[in-house]
Amino acid sequence: MQRIMAEKAKELLQNGTVNRVLGWKKGEFVYDITPAVFNNTEEIDAEFVYDDFCANNLSKYLIKESRKEGKVLVFLKPCDTYSFNQLLKEHRIWRDHVYAVGIPCDGKIDLDCLKKQDIQGIVGIETQNDNFIIHTLYGDHTIAKEDALAERCLNCKSKKHVIYDELIGRDGEVLDSHRFDMVEKIEAMTPDERFAFWRGEFSRCIRCNACRNVCPACSCENCVFDNPKSGIANKAAADSFEENMFHIIRAFHVAGRCTDCGECSRVCPQNIPLHLLNRKFIKDINEFYGTYQAGEDTESRAPLNIYNTEDVEPSIVYKKGGNH
Amino acid sequence: MQVNEIKEFRPKIVAFCCNWCSYAGADLAGTNRLNYPSDVKIIRVPCSCRVNPMFILRAFQRGADGVIICGCHPGDCHYTSGNYYARRRMTLLFSMLDYLGIEKERTRVEWVSAAEGAKFAATMNDFVETITKLGENKRLEDLRCKE
Repeated sequence: MQRIMAEKAKELLQNGTVNRVLGWKKGEFVYDITPAVFNNTEEIDAEFVYDDFCANNLSKYLIKESRKEGKVLVFLKPCDTYSFNQLLKEHRIWRDHVYAVGIPCDGKIDLDCLKKQDIQGIVGIETQNDNFIIHTLYGDHTIAKEDALAERCLNCKSKKHVIYDELIGRDGEVLDSHRFDMVEKIEAMTPDERFAFWRGEFSRCIRCNACRNVCPACSCENCVFDNPKSGIANKAAADSFEENMFHIIRAFHVAGRCTDCGECSRVCPQNIPLHLLNRKFIKDINEFYGTYQAGEDTESRAPLNIYNTEDVEPSIVYKKGGNH
Repeated sequence: MQVNEIKEFRPKIVAFCCNWCSYAGADLAGTNRLNYPSDVKIIRVPCSCRVNPMFILRAFQRGADGVIICGCHPGDCHYTSGNYYARRRMTLLFSMLDYLGIEKERTRVEWVSAAEGAKFAATMNDFVETITKLGENKRLEDLRCKE
């Protein structure tokens, strides 16, 4: 796949369709992948990579890239196309400056899963049926896919590309995923248990803002959390309230726009399951206002931007909402 | 001689009232000499949809034990549709607070028109009673803002 993609990128660079390529490049280690812009074919030959570690969602980088002169080629996995669409809808990306190539994705590896199984010194990876063969300095490991894939990929919502100029491989289908199972599990807890659960998670937050910086929905140029007068712009949270406030408000700001790409949980250095907050909003919106998938198209209006005179009253929360 | 001071818990309630209906409703409750607890501090907003979720969290941070948002009845908004948007927003926010284990009774939305002074007083009495039973807001407090 990497070879096909590199060929495609070089072809489009050479015939002048695009003048740069947004993709992934190897870092210091094979699993240490970073998004990168390639300006010529030599750079692509030297550094371009696409494998099971390339988890980054590239659509957010297009906000800046598409504003530059000339066209940029971008490789989008199915879930990235949702973010791309959502950003198009919000007029954050200049569509004329982007050439989007859809690429298939079989799920990406979560490094923490490998670490937990004591796999270290990774030097390469191969796929074989339902297993990954991971080459390390200490020999090869064969590991089942479900033990190595990220949670968001195990509960993949869709393999379908909702937008592209060109597609490599075949398009998939919208999947029937179990992504709300954990949300339901939390909802079934008592309020005390829920509070203890979230306190335990949030208390690890170091306010590094990585979740915000990576989130394709968090694309405001002036973020509310950068305001020094907000009282929550500290790097270290001085009080538990700050953590609650930050995460509630951040989740709320992307409610109805979050495509559930799961980047927030991926980048969290403290492994806080932030996607569970976003999924709660998605689940509530689906239940209260009808099923809605952000980024599915560019026409529909976000659920918080419209209303229905017959909407449920906020008091539904007292009747519903979990145990007591 | 030592005097044992018995401190009765008095909740702090913040009420966001829309300028066109609920604020006038509160006024009517006053002119009708209806009783409601003085623990309720009213903040006048142009419309119930002016209430940002951040306002509610801020109120809790600064020591509120309960927050109530009062607006025009759906369909009667001075700006045609403000309270419809507020309704969606608040439904989601309250559901999220509940999800995080914060007592859901601490937040409420009520529709009070300018003619419903009695409803305003009754709502506030009921809300203050609920919050008094719940006690101090411990889960969404900021210790730095405590006396």
